[in-house]
Amino acid sequence: MLLTDFVIFVLSLWVGFEVISKVPATLHTPLMSAANSIHGIVLAGAVVIAATAHNAIGYALAFVAVAFAAMNVVGGYVVTGRMLKMFKRRVAPAAASSAVEASPNGNAPARAGDPS
Amino acid sequence: MSGTFNTVIQLIYLAAASCFVLGLHLMNNPATARRGNQASVVGMAAAIVATGALIIHEGVIDATGWIVIAAGVLVGGGLGLYTARTVKMTAMPQLVSIFNAVGGGAAALVAIRDFMTLGGSVAAATSVPTVLDVIIGSVTFSGSIIAAGKLQGVITSAPVTIPGARIINLLLATAAVGVGGYVIASPGMVGLGFVIAAALLFGVSMVMPIGGADMPVVISLLNAFTGTAVAMAGFVIDNTALIIAGALVGASGGILTKLMADAMNRSIGNIMLGGFGSGDSPVALEVAASAGVTAIAADDAAIQLAYASKVIIVPGYGLAAAQAQHEVAALADLLESRGVDVSYAIHPVAGRMPGHMNVLLAEANVPYPLLKEMDEVNPEFARTDVALVIGANDVTNPAARRPGTAISGMPILDVDAAKSVIVIKRSMGHGYAGIDNELYTNPKTSMFFADAKKGLAELTASVKTLVG
Repeated sequence: MLLTDFVIFVLSLWVGFEVISKVPATLHTPLMSAANSIHGIVLAGAVVIAATAHNAIGYALAFVAVAFAAMNVVGGYVVTGRMLKMFKRRVAPAAASSAVEASPNGNAPARAGDPS
Repeated sequence: MSGTFNTVIQLIYLAAASCFVLGLHLMNNPATARRGNQASVVGMAAAIVATGALIIHEGVIDATGWIVIAAGVLVGGGLGLYTARTVKMTAMPQLVSIFNAVGGGAAALVAIRDFMTLGGSVAAATSVPTVLDVIIGSVTFSGSIIAAGKLQGVITSAPVTIPGARIINLLLATAAVGVGGYVIASPGMVGLGFVIAAALLFGVSMVMPIGGADMPVVISLLNAFTGTAVAMAGFVIDNTALIIAGALVGASGGILTKLMADAMNRSIGNIMLGGFGSGDSPVALEVAASAGVTAIAADDAAIQLAYASKVIIVPGYGLAAAQAQHEVAALADLLESRGVDVSYAIHPVAGRMPGHMNVLLAEANVPYPLLKEMDEVNPEFARTDVALVIGANDVTNPAARRPGTAISGMPILDVDAAKSVIVIKRSMGHGYAGIDNELYTNPKTSMFFADAKKGLAELTASVKTLVG
């Protein structure tokens, strides 16, 4: 069983290296944040130890572990989504330039409709 | 575990892991990245639900156990949701650090709890990953909290060195690993407690001496640690979803650590030993005072920018610190509306975590195709009329091309190849490396002495009144 787990671990590392080396620098912060959310999977482990807890110290440790992991997983995904929403491609330059006149802070409203 | 049920759970874990890989794969393009995040969320939800089904099926959980889980999810999830919604983009590095801390902490707790239930009868197949998980998880926990404190300014961001710090680090690391080995040989809670204490202390003493500008490397490294700790937790409780997800994160953190260290032309070991940039160089300061520096007023700089045909903006940490990303975007929009070709040159270590500057500019509605990476943008400087450097210092210093300086060999942006250079800076102060920037004394360069935020607003106003 240990050997199988180890094989999975090493192969997953290689998959990780392959997939992640293709991510452009522009997205490195969201990438790290996304990876952060993924290690929130430790919530599954925290749930498992909560299931086998039958005394005060067991409950206490399980509570802290579940709370930590839940914070990690929920916060990680929400903030990654928030960041990725901000990455926008430009819409028609003509529209953008006219919007600049109307909006002194440069937050061209023409871009707000960009679905990507 | 009964056969069929267990097979179904394993298949769900496999599907979840596939979602994680797909999610990371889709991050290779800003246009598909959001779908990637959603795929990852679906995988995570499936894995958590499957784990819930698994513990119900095993039937060992009691009512208090369910309450503990519910309370933990509510408290932790609520806190995560609140911070994720309210955090400022400039504070992203702190948040990522906190998530590293709690992830690593949770992983360590899983192993500690598992070790306690097993008592003295632990096979090596479990005790080895247990000890590794406890060490790595604890180091990540305390180290990430210190890193977050430094980034937030609660703890000084300057390198904190105490006499004999390296020896203390070495002793702590040796103690954690040595006693860890003893715990593997003869399992006991006292030994494990000692390992936890040594690892927690090591996390603190490892990050304290590291300066603010090295944070991109530190955060990446702690991210890799967290992933590894989670994978070890997967070994401990024999859960493939944890092993795969942990390994993916470990790989991601590892790659980013390497990229960041390369972008500073320093080895990871050199950064972790710390203390860089703490030494001042008074000799160099005098040279700066006497050398010929051209100052420029807002109006003159505005005219140069307005009549340029190609402008490259070089933002650095100073821009982020002054929270001037919206002002720079406003100026760029105005210039573009006049037909100027504007783009941004982003050095890999601009900001306090990998890719931080890109997020700050994206927040200010700068379209991502305008954000150019170093290798892509460097050949373009020769065709550029004005390079506008804002709050970036060492990454533009031509001295890096010569041997024998503190930054020799560091990849830099070839700003000095532009026809003219305008630098917005508050003073002639030094960058992190503590050396003079030869760019500032270049005859092509004009210095616009101002705070980034105010200076950019002035430039925008000047362009409007003079040529608007």
